[in-house]
Amino acid sequence: MSRAVSSPLGKDLVGLEGLSADQIRTILDTAEPFKEISQRRVKKVPVLRGKTIVNLFFEPSTRTRVSFEFAEKRLSADTVNISSSGSSVVKGETLVDTARNLEAMQIDMVVMRHGSSGAARFLAERIPSNVINAGDGRHEHPTQGLLDLLTIRDHRGPIEGLKVCIVGDVLHSRVARSNIFGLLALGAEVAVCGPRTLLPVGIEEMGVGVFARVEEAMEWADVLNVLRLQLERMQGGFVPSLREYNRIYGVSRARLDATGRDLLVLHPGPMNRGVEIDSDVADGPHSVILNQVTNGVAVRMAVLYLLAGGAPDKAEAAKQGGEA
Amino acid sequence: MSAGSMLLKGGRVVDPSQSLDAVRDVLIVDGVVAALGTDLSAPEGARVVDVSGKVVTPGLIDVHVHLREPGQEHKETIATGARAAAAGGFTAVVAMPNTDPVIDSPALVAYVAAEGAKAGAARVYPTGAISLGLAGERLAPMGEMIEAGAVAITDDGHPVMDSGLMRLALEYARGFGVPIADHPEDLGLSAGGQMNEGVMSSRMGVRGKPNASEDVHIVRDLLVAEFTRGHIHLQHVSTRFGVEAIRQAKARGVHVTAEASPHHLLLTDEAVEGYRTEAKMNPPLRTEADRAAVMEGLRDGTLDVIATDHAPHHYDEKEQAFDDAPNGIVGLETAVGLILTHVVGKGVLDLPTMVERMSTQPARAFGLPGGTLADGAPGDVTVLDLDASWTVDPDAFESRSRNTPFGGWELTGRAVMTVVGGRVVYEG
Repeated sequence: MSRAVSSPLGKDLVGLEGLSADQIRTILDTAEPFKEISQRRVKKVPVLRGKTIVNLFFEPSTRTRVSFEFAEKRLSADTVNISSSGSSVVKGETLVDTARNLEAMQIDMVVMRHGSSGAARFLAERIPSNVINAGDGRHEHPTQGLLDLLTIRDHRGPIEGLKVCIVGDVLHSRVARSNIFGLLALGAEVAVCGPRTLLPVGIEEMGVGVFARVEEAMEWADVLNVLRLQLERMQGGFVPSLREYNRIYGVSRARLDATGRDLLVLHPGPMNRGVEIDSDVADGPHSVILNQVTNGVAVRMAVLYLLAGGAPDKAEAAKQGGEA
Repeated sequence: MSAGSMLLKGGRVVDPSQSLDAVRDVLIVDGVVAALGTDLSAPEGARVVDVSGKVVTPGLIDVHVHLREPGQEHKETIATGARAAAAGGFTAVVAMPNTDPVIDSPALVAYVAAEGAKAGAARVYPTGAISLGLAGERLAPMGEMIEAGAVAITDDGHPVMDSGLMRLALEYARGFGVPIADHPEDLGLSAGGQMNEGVMSSRMGVRGKPNASEDVHIVRDLLVAEFTRGHIHLQHVSTRFGVEAIRQAKARGVHVTAEASPHHLLLTDEAVEGYRTEAKMNPPLRTEADRAAVMEGLRDGTLDVIATDHAPHHYDEKEQAFDDAPNGIVGLETAVGLILTHVVGKGVLDLPTMVERMSTQPARAFGLPGGTLADGAPGDVTVLDLDASWTVDPDAFESRSRNTPFGGWELTGRAVMTVVGGRVVYEG
């Protein structure tokens, strides 16, 4: 059985909570040289040649799954995709049995999305392969957090001392938690803004500020990370209507202009235009939403490379044709 | 159960029902206590056991266990549960009715009682459901179930959400002198929750059950019990406000009894960190302030009894992502060691008060025989070795299940002999 070699991250990437500032910076720095590979005509280097990776998605995903798959393929890994519909998962197989069966096929890495918080850690504790969390319940989505950090850094320089406000449904958001843990580790000031029904209990005790009104958040922040408001939140009664949500918490061009400040606006996608974010913001000069998507591939390449045992300072050489 | 005769010689007899804490011999003849004294001699053929240096108490009683039979015998059976109880020092347990099928008829009550008697270990007292099928709609045949042997009426695991039904249950039960036991949880406030709601659940991204979900229901039950003058027994109290509400209700004269579980006395929601399903239960482990309040409630008698809420689950069921794993832990074989080490050992309760909370009061609250070594009482005795050091090894449990957060804990003090009706049902 192929055993994971030691990496600066350890065996797995389950979350950003507990990672040191140095570890996070290492991932972001390693992503830099990988950005260029996706600009080439031939978008492939042999860094992970011969490695087998399973993308195990128990929840539907387009963006994250495709981003991981591009990252894996551009590093020459052999990949298999398993999604919950049509797999043995829906036939009642337990997560632990799924894991053991994959393991028996001698795989090197698993990228998993699962609806239960803690599922990635559960898997990581039970199989020797590297496990990368592609989103577990409401807990973490560490590669999204990392690509957000990279995008902020690209546009605003060092994260330390920046003021970042996460706007929207923090309660149900794994993106929010990964952002909070990652930003705090790198020395940013972090706040959240949204209806109280969508903010976790005790959020202040995590070292996070709270703004009741989005206008106040915009006056304070350098960066807004706007979260998707899922339709079922309205059905669940967390907000009275999408219209009211947009009126009170929506990030609009008028509100941005009223601050007279040059805010950076991120959104993890997929967007509900006209709900949490207006089109003239999403498509306007503040938005770096498509940069996030581009950076997603580079960050995921960096994570795959590092977990496979690649040396951070050899990433530049690796992209020229070396193997990890 | 066949009656036995035996003489336990030279032990320190702790029987709070008689305010007794002294070295005595205990003579049991034909299954009942015949005498306490010094230099007693045994009748022909009776077993004589030297228990000098040990503590002899009226048999310990756990008023809250899940034995899973009928229907979930892969977790536990009445026989394995009764043996686990005996191994943990309990001479009697009260079995909850949330089995499959639900114990909501006299025939099923009689079945549990008969299987318990057949097991020949700890006594097994059945309970019957408040509502048919635990559906929370119509009363099950309470009187017939009590005639068949039910010692309490409860929908445990399914809180009675309809206050009108709770009123009827408390009023109707008054005619029979049995408690209505309720699992206090407002299902609207706790909906979807998998652990205590607080900073820990927010960090872990797990849906929480706020204290208020329990508090609201406790207060509701107390108010309904107060005006119906029924006997409400509140199960596994876990919140600081809940303890205080019960304290105030007792001061007003409400007929309420209440439980503290060993895990709510000793653990907080930090035990769940790392998504440890063996620390997942309902009500959930809460904060340090709650834990301390439950301990204080036990100390001052607001919480009358220690009950384990023994809830066996197969290891496959706990070996899942946190949200998917069932609630509950086993408790019968760890309770005595945990309480001796961490409650008596830390000076919160003295030994007689521990025996009161684990024997005298459980018998009194549920109207059970036992809880005393007075002449003519059942010959049910627990022998404790206060000095025995041991390590909790779930693989050694008599229970069919191993789901405990206390595996590996090093404890001091345990039951070394359990006697039911003058017959030794456990010796270790």
